[in-house]
Amino acid sequence: MIPELGHFALMLALGAALLQFAAPLVGWRRHDARWMATATSAAHVQFLATVVSFACLAWAFVYCDFSVAYVAQNDNTQMPLMYRIAAVWGAHEGSLLLWVLVLSGWTFAVSIFNRRLPADLSALVLSVLGFVSIGFLLFILLTSDPFTRQFPVPAQGAGLNPILQDPGLAGHPPILYMGYVGFSVAFAFAIAALISGKLDAAWARWARPWTTAAWMFLTLGITLGSWWSYRELGWGGWWFWDPVENASFMPWLAGTALIHSLAVTEKRGLLKSWTVLLSILAFSLSLLGTFLVRSGVLVSVHAFAEDPSRGLFVLAFLGVCVGLALLLFAWRAPLFKSEGELRLMSREGFLLFNNVFLVTSCGAVLLGTLYPLVVNSLGIGKISVGPPYFNAVFLPLFAPLFLLVGFAAVMSWKRGRLDEALRRLRVPAIIAVAAAAVLPFALEGRATVAATAGMLFASWTIFAAVQEVWRRVRSKRRWRNGLASVPRGVWGMTLAHVGLGVWLLGVSFTTSYSIERDVRLAPNAVAELGGYAFSLKDVHKRQGPNYTAQRGDVLVEHDGRRLTTLHPEKRVYPAAGGQMQTKADIDVLPLRDLYVSLGAPYDNGDWGLRLYVKPMVRMIWLGGVLMFCGGLLAASDRRYRLARAADRAALDAVSTQTA
Amino acid sequence: MRFALPAIIFVGLVVLFAYNLNRDPTLVPSPLIGKPAPAFDLPTLGGQPAQMSVADLKGRPVLVNFFASWCVSCKIEHPYLLQLAREDRVPIIGIDYKDTDGAARQWLAQHGDPYRRVVLDHVGDMGINWGVYGVPETFVLDAQGVIRYKQVGPMTAEAWRRHVEPLLQAPQSTSVKAPS
Repeated sequence: MIPELGHFALMLALGAALLQFAAPLVGWRRHDARWMATATSAAHVQFLATVVSFACLAWAFVYCDFSVAYVAQNDNTQMPLMYRIAAVWGAHEGSLLLWVLVLSGWTFAVSIFNRRLPADLSALVLSVLGFVSIGFLLFILLTSDPFTRQFPVPAQGAGLNPILQDPGLAGHPPILYMGYVGFSVAFAFAIAALISGKLDAAWARWARPWTTAAWMFLTLGITLGSWWSYRELGWGGWWFWDPVENASFMPWLAGTALIHSLAVTEKRGLLKSWTVLLSILAFSLSLLGTFLVRSGVLVSVHAFAEDPSRGLFVLAFLGVCVGLALLLFAWRAPLFKSEGELRLMSREGFLLFNNVFLVTSCGAVLLGTLYPLVVNSLGIGKISVGPPYFNAVFLPLFAPLFLLVGFAAVMSWKRGRLDEALRRLRVPAIIAVAAAAVLPFALEGRATVAATAGMLFASWTIFAAVQEVWRRVRSKRRWRNGLASVPRGVWGMTLAHVGLGVWLLGVSFTTSYSIERDVRLAPNAVAELGGYAFSLKDVHKRQGPNYTAQRGDVLVEHDGRRLTTLHPEKRVYPAAGGQMQTKADIDVLPLRDLYVSLGAPYDNGDWGLRLYVKPMVRMIWLGGVLMFCGGLLAASDRRYRLARAADRAALDAVSTQTA
Repeated sequence: MRFALPAIIFVGLVVLFAYNLNRDPTLVPSPLIGKPAPAFDLPTLGGQPAQMSVADLKGRPVLVNFFASWCVSCKIEHPYLLQLAREDRVPIIGIDYKDTDGAARQWLAQHGDPYRRVVLDHVGDMGINWGVYGVPETFVLDAQGVIRYKQVGPMTAEAWRRHVEPLLQAPQSTSVKAPS
């Protein structure tokens, strides 16, 4: 009965979403405050209903109700509890329910924090969010219902794919969806601005924290996915340029451009059309990602469902939603007038360059992702586009940003002075050059072009960002007062830019200095790699909760001293039809990873092993986490929460001084 | 006008996606079409003769069908292959891919044997050379041993009618049918 309750709750959610879409729209036309206010109640009901529905599905998974077809396909009584819950979003139908849950959650959040917004703006934003909810709820109810029952009831379920049974992967979809779906709020704000014809600094100030929050979750979600892929898939890599990885990266690129463009619109009233278009673009790319994963149009390791009828529905929804938005943009965006002139030598000018580079690199990724489709459609042949294209095209388009980011804090608004900026950046520049000249050689024994360039721009980014905080701290007599005087938004910017630098450091060092070796080892034989000695001591059987494993004990020594023992495994999951999974073991340090995975056994008791030494690879994910923290600080800046009219003037005065 | 550009580009994208929805992106056309069949020299099931090589495929048009006892889709095409064998349109050589002798024997005993010969490719090297990336796959060779067509997935009556039959009718592919 619980699954049926969940099903009814979904239908209730759809009803609430319909009301949430229609009533405020009518209210806006009629300037009727009561009609507009129903949006809030409808949002609350929709959220409640969706939570109930999701809870019912989770209940079915935790208690292994195999009479529900979706549960039987993804659950198994032997799986640990954490993975029984993670299995809820392990396949198409459940992950869509998660999408809808997250969407209704964001809608709910907007509906309770909207007291600061004018009533008509709030009504339009909630109406647009309602429209998106209707689309997804209809998709679930009509084509992808997770609550469908099946008879006869199987005794045991198929279980979650073994490679998904990992904490990183369990958390990846919810956090990624928080980001993906969160851009719907920015989208809604943009549509609201287009419909009402009003786009001013206040609009930008309201939209910014929502957009930054979505961006930070997306950053963390992508970071988690990359980290998981490195740990679980045993190939030692962290980014594959897989179409669905790209589908999450493109909204990130557009979203990064958007959060910066919003800053310009708020401070100077410029780049209005850019900001609106970027808002539409970021969410459209999220929807596009949803389409690509579920339609079977592209081949990918992530592909969920290869069902053309589902693909058709998503495509239709994508077409209507984004098509209407872009038509609205074509019709109404010319109404927006810039509040001043944009000079290139200024912060807004540099942020315009930022927009251009980010959107162009996003376009390059989009082209690479869709190119196989185009070639196939035109009948020219079959082609796959992978790392060679992306590395050759994307990197040069993305690289100039690392130079620009150093100027972030030192270039003033309105009229920037290059000589002044360069004077302030002297010290970071010197440190960067020194670090690039010395550190690659000192840390790794040899310098490569990639590592030197990476170290140069990473240090430039990090120290230029830190320089701003340093300057503010030094401007006060006591450093404690100095620290306190730095606004949270500036902390956020600093941390995020430092994270970017750290990321670049990790990427350039890993790319230049990773070494790998495939060896065949007899028990107690030693293999050497990068100054580390690996010896296979023993391989024995081990029983896990839902798998049996062959577990190796690999002793690692450095300079004759014992470092650690690693335990790579080869696991067999009976529930997944005997699927074998290679589980590598990694010794983690900030400055380097040691990675060992078990290969094939030989007849005489030898084992194949793959060994990696990967310097600085942790920096890649540390950078992502730092960017997340930076976004968190920036989104929670106090000035977003001040709303009293009396403070408005003070706010304007303060905001011209802060960055 | 430039404000309408995003909308125009988007319409183009939607058309592209709609067109591709019903096409299978995993279908890879074989680069071996029109090329001589790659060499192989493998044991047969039943041992009469004990080995078979690519030279034995020449002389008349022949179907080379990769199958396995563990393959579910092979069961789908198997009745059609039995029908083709009964009609004796063209000899079918079976390649038992990544399988074992016992399992293959049992499977053929259970489901019927349409093959003139069964070649055993236990390791899978022949499959790699022929560009096989899944079973079942069927290759149509002409009398000179050149690959003329590759069917990915089960052989169906429709695929036979559309792709294979015209090749067999064409003058250069028919020659004196010698019993093999």
